[in-house]
Amino acid sequence: MCGIAGLFIKRTRLQPRLGELLASMTSTLCSRGPDSAGFALYTAGEPGRAKLTLTSVEERADFEALGEMLSRAVSAPVSVVGRYTHAVVTVPADLVNLCRNWLLENAQDVRILSEGGHLEIYKEVGYPDDIARSFGIASLGGTHGIAHTRMATESAVTATGAHPFSTGPDQCLVHNGSLSNHASVRRELGRDGIVPQTENDTEVAAGYLTRELKRGRSLGEALKSSVEDLDGFFTFVVGTKNGFGVLRDPIACKPAVMAETDDYVAFASEYRSLTPLPGIKSAKLFEPKPATPYFWEH
Amino acid sequence: MNQIDIGKWSQRDLNMLRTSSDTREIDLLTTSVRDLNATLQAFGSNTRSDEASFRVLTPNGAHAIAVGIDAPLNVEIAGHVGYYCGGMNKCASIIIDGNAGQGVGENMMSGVIHVKGDASQCAGATAHGGLLLIEGNASARCGISMKGIDIVVKGGIGHLSGFMGQTGRLVAFGDAGEALGDSIYEARIYVRGKVESLGADCIEKELRDEHRAELFALLKQADEAHKADVSEFRRYGSARKLYNFHIDNAGAY
Repeated sequence: MCGIAGLFIKRTRLQPRLGELLASMTSTLCSRGPDSAGFALYTAGEPGRAKLTLTSVEERADFEALGEMLSRAVSAPVSVVGRYTHAVVTVPADLVNLCRNWLLENAQDVRILSEGGHLEIYKEVGYPDDIARSFGIASLGGTHGIAHTRMATESAVTATGAHPFSTGPDQCLVHNGSLSNHASVRRELGRDGIVPQTENDTEVAAGYLTRELKRGRSLGEALKSSVEDLDGFFTFVVGTKNGFGVLRDPIACKPAVMAETDDYVAFASEYRSLTPLPGIKSAKLFEPKPATPYFWEH
Repeated sequence: MNQIDIGKWSQRDLNMLRTSSDTREIDLLTTSVRDLNATLQAFGSNTRSDEASFRVLTPNGAHAIAVGIDAPLNVEIAGHVGYYCGGMNKCASIIIDGNAGQGVGENMMSGVIHVKGDASQCAGATAHGGLLLIEGNASARCGISMKGIDIVVKGGIGHLSGFMGQTGRLVAFGDAGEALGDSIYEARIYVRGKVESLGADCIEKELRDEHRAELFALLKQADEAHKADVSEFRRYGSARKLYNFHIDNAGAY
């Protein structure tokens, strides 16, 4: 099981409705993954600033105070927007590594879920509809987004074990399926300097794509080589700063249906998840072919 | 072997689809799928074939619509459906005016299911009889483990179609994906387009007169008689080498 919904908006007029549409699409997938859910949204950014989405494994409530300490430590303005159990901390882009290291050393309960100019990730344990409401996903606008409802198989049901996973700036991935060679790929990634933060198999897939992108490959090429290098069954939906990609394993184990109109490209595990979208009745509907990367870019 | 008389099953001929003046409409916006199915399943096998017609509105991709019918009902579904639509169908004529999700007509026993759009994976899986007609394409594993159903797809079929097919006929007007008829038993496959590759123990076979006649009868039921030339199709079936385990064939399983 597990459910995936993805929406890539092609025309600006639907951008303010990204969160609302994504939350509606995800709502029909609750039964596919009732134990946890997550949302990755590419929202507006500020030039020269980077966003870090933070959560705490010890239920830290006061991210404002943490932001003030961080601001003093790096001698630069830091803004904090709290959302339910998460906070988006915006810092100067050139100080992002410094901020990251300071957080890792000084706030050891904090987990950095995403980093980038646009990406924000919200994920929690619980029923997907409740999670979407708690985070206020419907109020967020943006260019593209991916959501996941999880029925855990490979690792524990925790907020940090929920999807989406992000292992590189403005990169994220969700997964339906399970990987059987994630332990060996994890070791290889470790040697290449990419250390997954959780025991989750999907984070290994995200790390794999990050490594391939770092090597200068395009997302399309990275998806193509993952068919050879990752063993198991999977449907991946990935996001980058300005792109959106889909890949299914060679035997197409997991369901996938896509809809395209002049306004958007949408992905879902089941057709009924696409029904809240405007103009769906006249959309071009198709199933992505196995072992074939699909990719759209702004 | 496994000669099957065309038209033997009742209520399977598309030309027999009945139009009833008193069609009852059920809207899934206001009625649950469970209530819809309870209504349809309440008709017994002694129902007259002109007795009851239903039109299902706002399906919105819901799963398990019109499953387990055991009567010659007419059911028209106005839109796309989710998984297992028409599963276990006996005698009913079901028209889907849209696309069908996974497992349409799964384990169908008899009757007709007509998909006006595309069908997702495992169309007609394990089905014992009846006719499944798909106007568009069917994706992977079409007719997997088919046990007597006839499946006619006017578009292409995806990979691993006809996998372990035991009997019945699978016809594709378009192309077939990888590993067609893998580990097939006695199902017969007719493909007009290109076959990406054949699965283990599946081979192309001669298209003899009896096969042309069989295929023509199937095309007739799909309203394609005299529109498509049966000679353009190629026949595929079992080489019968993997029925019983032999150590020399261990690598082929």
